[in-house]
Amino acid sequence: MSALMRTSLLTSWQGWLSLALSLAALATLPLLDPDAVARFAPMALFAIFALSIAGAVVSFLPLPPLFLAAAIFVFCHLSTSILISGLSGNEGKAATAFFLMIAANWLLAWRCVSLLSEIRTRSRFADGLLGLAIPAIFGAWLLILWEALTRGFGVPFILMPPPSSIGLRIAASLSILWADVQQTIFKAVLAGYILGCSAGFVVAILADRFAFLRAGLMPIGNLMSALPIIGVAPVMVMWFGFDWQSKAAVVTIMTFFPMLVNTVAGLSASGTMERDLMRSYASDYGQTLMKLRLPAAMPFIFNALKINSTLALIGAIVAEFFGTPIVGMGFRISTEIGRMNVDMVWAEIAVAALAGSLFYGVVALAERATTFWHPSNRGG
Amino acid sequence: MHKETLFRHRILPVATVVLVIVAIWYVGAYFMNAPFQRDLDRRAGVTSTPMEFLGKTMSQPKPILPAPHQVASNVFENTFLRSVSSNRSLVYHAWVTLSSTLAGFGFGTLLGILIAVGIVHVRALDRSLMPWIIASQTVPILAVAPMVIVTLGAIGISGLVPKAVISTYLSFFPVAVGMVKGLRSPELIQLDLMRTYHASAAQTFWKLRVPASVPFLFTSMKVAIAASLVGAIVGELPTGAVAGIGSKLLAGAYYSQTIDIWAALVAGSVLASLLVAVVGIAGKIVNRNMGGKPT
Repeated sequence: MSALMRTSLLTSWQGWLSLALSLAALATLPLLDPDAVARFAPMALFAIFALSIAGAVVSFLPLPPLFLAAAIFVFCHLSTSILISGLSGNEGKAATAFFLMIAANWLLAWRCVSLLSEIRTRSRFADGLLGLAIPAIFGAWLLILWEALTRGFGVPFILMPPPSSIGLRIAASLSILWADVQQTIFKAVLAGYILGCSAGFVVAILADRFAFLRAGLMPIGNLMSALPIIGVAPVMVMWFGFDWQSKAAVVTIMTFFPMLVNTVAGLSASGTMERDLMRSYASDYGQTLMKLRLPAAMPFIFNALKINSTLALIGAIVAEFFGTPIVGMGFRISTEIGRMNVDMVWAEIAVAALAGSLFYGVVALAERATTFWHPSNRGG
Repeated sequence: MHKETLFRHRILPVATVVLVIVAIWYVGAYFMNAPFQRDLDRRAGVTSTPMEFLGKTMSQPKPILPAPHQVASNVFENTFLRSVSSNRSLVYHAWVTLSSTLAGFGFGTLLGILIAVGIVHVRALDRSLMPWIIASQTVPILAVAPMVIVTLGAIGISGLVPKAVISTYLSFFPVAVGMVKGLRSPELIQLDLMRTYHASAAQTFWKLRVPASVPFLFTSMKVAIAASLVGAIVGELPTGAVAGIGSKLLAGAYYSQTIDIWAALVAGSVLASLLVAVVGIAGKIVNRNMGGKPT
């Protein structure tokens, strides 16, 4: 037991540092500048320090890691939430002690994450839960640090709005954001994505059938994937007009080549043994394609679909910089930045990020369902 | 014999496909420019023979689709016949874009390597940072380009740095992912050998992991430099930048100078191919000097 005690005293260097920072903060009180409007109530002040120090002390105890992590999690986040809520009305008035306490709590959260990532579980469900919780804490701390720094230092709104006001802006302009999403994603991105991916797929099948075509197309396809195709956006806007058709055209061109290259690579992924087996069954080209080579190519095809899901969003948004009707995510970003409505731009980016992640997630789920046989999806 | 197969199986097919593309381009140029030309002829009261008409569709000053030779002559003229410092010289614009591409690529590669080293050695980072790195690429980051540029401009940073920031963001990802793979590529048996030598963590890192990761590094650097160029070009779009391939595209779009747009596209493509080729050759040289298997 004492050996265990010693190791946890040694390994929790974040705890020691956090404790040191808390003491330094105590020495440099108050948390806010003397001219701040609303000061921290004595109870709140006591709670901040008590919770943070308690978290640091708990981290030295020889307890089961999951329990430890949960306790530290609660302590440091309660302390942080009191700290942040004390900022309202006092933007830019935070003193050194305030940032010391934020840093102390951040170290505790770090300890919590490293405890969580040491945990070995046997059930896949618990593994999945941990796999979500660890990055979630990390992401939350990015937001917390962003909030604390922008509001604590009173960073001008135009430079960097705090996440809380971006959230408020999202809530306040849901209808505008929804209209933009419909214009950009449901019209331009989806149409272009489907068109580009299916065209790439069909050409890949053709290239696979005719070796001459493959030998001619592949070097060009590989070259094209390195080129800044996004540059055709102004040409497409000129050809197809300002509405979503021109954006769909850009997306089509951008998604075509990754699909082509990956599908052709995938079609040669099945082994000679399997192909010989198909031949010994006297299966013709179509049967071999449908029953062996396309299923074997699925991981490659899904790789292209994933790459394309991000490319499609980028293509549509950037193409909107070259001219749009007065709706769309790219339009909103470029006009609101001109009007210095930075929070609206961030709101749009948050929506774009969410949409991009959802798009990617849907493709990834479809991949799980389709290529469940592939080693990378069979767990392990 | 070897030359023969190289010609039959590599050059001939590629040349055929390129020729077909150029032919389609010419046909497309004819049909897309014809309506406007017919309109022009009618207004001027000119009747032209089909051959003359064909010639006219290929020589409009602002065609809907410029013919390949128009683009080629524009590129040639603006690359070789103008002084390098001229505002119309493509070399000048390419140089502006290249400088921010290289700056962004350099920072991005460095950042990617640092992140990869952190992820390989700190387990908490692996579990908490890796998912966000992947998520960061589902964000259509190029959409943020205008804001990065305006925001940095507001605190007095303009010119090369904001574009380089965008390039950095785009290029760190492939390097980070590739390096994580590369640093983890030594097999268990090799790591065990290092342990039997009583090698320290630093020795294992420098003598086993780093050499093993070099091929991965160059493969991902090829992707990264292409992404970096895209970042630099898009970074030049929103601010009304005065120079660079992106600003050339934007100016062409504003004034309907289609030939200029296509020339800028060609310049960007040549630049991309050159950059990727340089990284590829550097990778081959490094690989050979390290005694790696020729690939």
